[in-house]
Amino acid sequence: MTTTGKITLVSGNMITVRFEGAVAQNEVGYALLGDKRLMAEIVRVRGDLCDMQVFDSTTDLAVGDKVEFEGELLAVELGPGILTQVYDGLQNPLADLAKEAGKISKDSEFFLQRGMYLKGLPRDRQWDWQPLAKPGARLTAGETLGTVKEGIFDHKIMVPFRLQGVYTLKSIVPAGKKTVEDTVAVITDAAGKDVEVQMYQRWPVKVPIKAYVERLAPTETLVTSVRTIDTFFPVAVGGTYCIPGPFGAGKTVLQQTTARYAEVDIVISAACGERAGEVVETLKEFPELTDPRTGRSLMERTCIICNTSSMPVASREASVYTAVTLAEYYRQMGLNVLVLADSTSRWAQAMRELSGRLEEIPGEEAFPAYLESRIAAFYERAGRVKLKDGSIGSVTIGGTVSPAGGNFDEPVTQATLKVVGGFHGLSRARSDARRYPAIDPLDSWSKYPPVIDSARVEKARTLLRKGNEVGQMMKVVGEEGTSLADFTEYLKSEFLDAVYLQQNAFSDVDASTPAARQKVMFDVVEKALFTDYTFTEKDAVRKFFMELQQAFIDWNNIKSDDGAFETAKAALVKTIEEASRV
Amino acid sequence: MFDSKVYHKIDALSGSVATLRAEGVKYGEIAQVESRAGTSLAQVIKLDGANVTVQIFAGARGVDTSAKVRFLGETMKIPFGEELLGRAFTGSGEPRDGGPALDSQKVPIGQPSVNPAKRIMPNRMVRTNIPMIDLFNSLVVSQKLPIFARAGEPYNELLARIAMQASSDVIILGGMGLKYDDYLKFRDTLDKSGALSRTVMFVHTAADPTVECMLVPDVSLAVAEQFALKGKDVLVLLTDMTSFADAMKEIAITMEQIPSNRGYPGDLYSQLASRYEKAVDFDGAGSITILAVTTMPGDDVTHPVPDNTGYITEGQFYLRNGRIEPFGSLSRLKQQVNKNTREDHRTLMDALIKLYASYKETVEKQSMGFRMSAWDQKLLRYGTAFEKNMMDLSVNISLEDALDLGWKILADCFDKSETGIPSKLSDKFWPKS
Repeated sequence: MTTTGKITLVSGNMITVRFEGAVAQNEVGYALLGDKRLMAEIVRVRGDLCDMQVFDSTTDLAVGDKVEFEGELLAVELGPGILTQVYDGLQNPLADLAKEAGKISKDSEFFLQRGMYLKGLPRDRQWDWQPLAKPGARLTAGETLGTVKEGIFDHKIMVPFRLQGVYTLKSIVPAGKKTVEDTVAVITDAAGKDVEVQMYQRWPVKVPIKAYVERLAPTETLVTSVRTIDTFFPVAVGGTYCIPGPFGAGKTVLQQTTARYAEVDIVISAACGERAGEVVETLKEFPELTDPRTGRSLMERTCIICNTSSMPVASREASVYTAVTLAEYYRQMGLNVLVLADSTSRWAQAMRELSGRLEEIPGEEAFPAYLESRIAAFYERAGRVKLKDGSIGSVTIGGTVSPAGGNFDEPVTQATLKVVGGFHGLSRARSDARRYPAIDPLDSWSKYPPVIDSARVEKARTLLRKGNEVGQMMKVVGEEGTSLADFTEYLKSEFLDAVYLQQNAFSDVDASTPAARQKVMFDVVEKALFTDYTFTEKDAVRKFFMELQQAFIDWNNIKSDDGAFETAKAALVKTIEEASRV
Repeated sequence: MFDSKVYHKIDALSGSVATLRAEGVKYGEIAQVESRAGTSLAQVIKLDGANVTVQIFAGARGVDTSAKVRFLGETMKIPFGEELLGRAFTGSGEPRDGGPALDSQKVPIGQPSVNPAKRIMPNRMVRTNIPMIDLFNSLVVSQKLPIFARAGEPYNELLARIAMQASSDVIILGGMGLKYDDYLKFRDTLDKSGALSRTVMFVHTAADPTVECMLVPDVSLAVAEQFALKGKDVLVLLTDMTSFADAMKEIAITMEQIPSNRGYPGDLYSQLASRYEKAVDFDGAGSITILAVTTMPGDDVTHPVPDNTGYITEGQFYLRNGRIEPFGSLSRLKQQVNKNTREDHRTLMDALIKLYASYKETVEKQSMGFRMSAWDQKLLRYGTAFEKNMMDLSVNISLEDALDLGWKILADCFDKSETGIPSKLSDKFWPKS
């Protein structure tokens, strides 16, 4: 019997409901408004009253209106058909929403309609089912029954994650065209009870999927093709990192570049409370772009969760969980998945809004006291895991943070820094100077192994620090008061910045530097940095580095497989050697 | 079909908020409050059991505990139609210009968000004939862009000029906390230029009730949305969004909400975003472009209002000393349009700005007493000419003329090879003397 209740309080997107029967924390219910059903989630229970956040506008709700509870936590559908989709925070496909809304009137197709929820997976689509498991096999949650082809991937159909204990495969459907709702296998539990398995399953978004053998350490570098990141502040497969930065520092461009070029199997992009315009850009561009690794459309490896700033706040809170749940699902197939959340601050603000409505005692800047533990729990869902069939899958999480006033001392940035393995701090000074990506090379850090030997990287960083000190000093004493040796150090650090740290995201070649190319480039950069030069005049050193820099940037724009690449490299090395004191 | 039951007892009054006991009231519903202070509309902002909290648009001053409250059974609506053009209204939709009240078809305000899948990539330029905008940071149809300025900067003059000159079908002006004479100035300027006939004004002056201030963006954007759905390109000018945020702050504090940052409510970002995100280019209909003034208290861009705004909008203009500052000002969408204007647009834009940046450095050196080289002298000459002929807000020329002017300034001050412009372009556009 389903539990029902009646509304006693409405305030903003929060309602309080007096219920009869039993309810669970985070259970989903629907407030009935005429022929509309507004989805809501229980966030607090006190006696026979529960507070719920509504995933839609609460306008027109009245005290006494009925609420029906579903007996299920907020969940998403997992199965073939997730990739290439653009969902809102609750897994409603946006294009289908527009189509469905268009049935009401011509103008209404432009708007998100209240109380309109659609299935996350297409019901009519036929998939090529290939059984793998044999009847009689002993199986547990997460083990493979068969596969379907989803774009470029062999999408595994697994024993539902919610099932506990060992099951025996009773029967399995032979190869053929199937929809997600078709039963493909029947399994029997220890007590002899049969369970029909379909091609899709539901999973609550706020619960991590744990159908694996063990978690492994994130020791492998995840190549993003962004030089500053891979060489200086690397990300690991199964690791976590954050990108805090003031507005206009290039967070979103950096996330978009990563979504395009990162060497992973699947990218789940969560646009959480950000500008709709930017999502539209991704939406329209990705299908046109080819994935350099597969030659297919980039969209085939992408799923976008899009809950932009004007969409309901409660589903914004849900959207990051939806994203990471979909990622965990593909991880279970032995794939490497990257979750890009832009921006986690908006998610934190959604929590703050709700907490305020619940009249909880506020923490710093009115964020709830549980802010830190929620952020930590979210990032903990990243990881590299060994699956039951011995293969390895991973979820890597990269979140942007939008600190108020660009000040990193605020609660969200600080709570995030405690739990991530990499910090890519974007600086206003760098973006003002058009030095992109604006990752601050002095403040940022990473605990993961870089693509280049870390001792060599450390040496280059020391030089950056020294160059920065000289630069600061020069502002006071002028060029005249700086020694030639110091001045050279300064120019070297500027050179490293200009040719290696800075990268043109809008250039076809320079936008992406694979690991192999980074190694070749770093060899030459290193040579330029750690050569003793013969110059005796500051002007001569400046001229030398200006020209070297220009030649190097030209080299950055030559394709690796172009014959000119080696020629240009040889010319650079020659220039450096000719100027050196041998 | 509304419940015509009238309630006679208000239990609590605080700020502009009143609480009373009533039945069958819907969240967001509009009520009419009749009291000694006169008649005003009010909106339901909280339902708690039998207690209904309403926000009185005209403020609670003079509202007595025995005031008559009648719930109207519908949410806030605003009349819409062509006859709005040329008119001025208050934040709650009452005529401000002495004209007749409108009873045309009413449309609800604060409607749901646009489905991102139904947006298109912005690709059309809004021409303003202000070189600092058209040439350096082109305004694009469907863009949302704030003007960050200190109080006292001529931001309203700038808005008025844009309203007069912009290539849009309809202009909606939303004024919040305006001085009365500013409102008159707007009206007269638009009237003189003939732009008034395509303008609708929703104006809250500093003397009007705070709640009406909060309604101005919603009302303005609801009307803009209707025009856009009819295929019009609408330009919405809002001034000043900091007053709007302050009104929200005032109400939130009265409601005893926990403040987050400098007294502003925790949902400041979402509140601002839900307004700014109304900017849209509909796939198959018109568009809304938003230009909004945000005054920066203490000229501090990290103040919560400009800070949150910066995260929402697609760039920003800094108005400083009466000029649109070329550094810091940014139109994030300009790349979408300035590739299709004239072939020299982008290159010339970059070259002019780079040289102006060098000029700034030279000025700094000069002020520190360093010796000026021949190159420095050239830069000084260039900077002065650039500020006078290009940056001054009174300059009123088309983009093409501005580009030609740019070349002329360069030719007056430099040799071709000193500008860093590829010779392919400079050979074609360099003025022949």
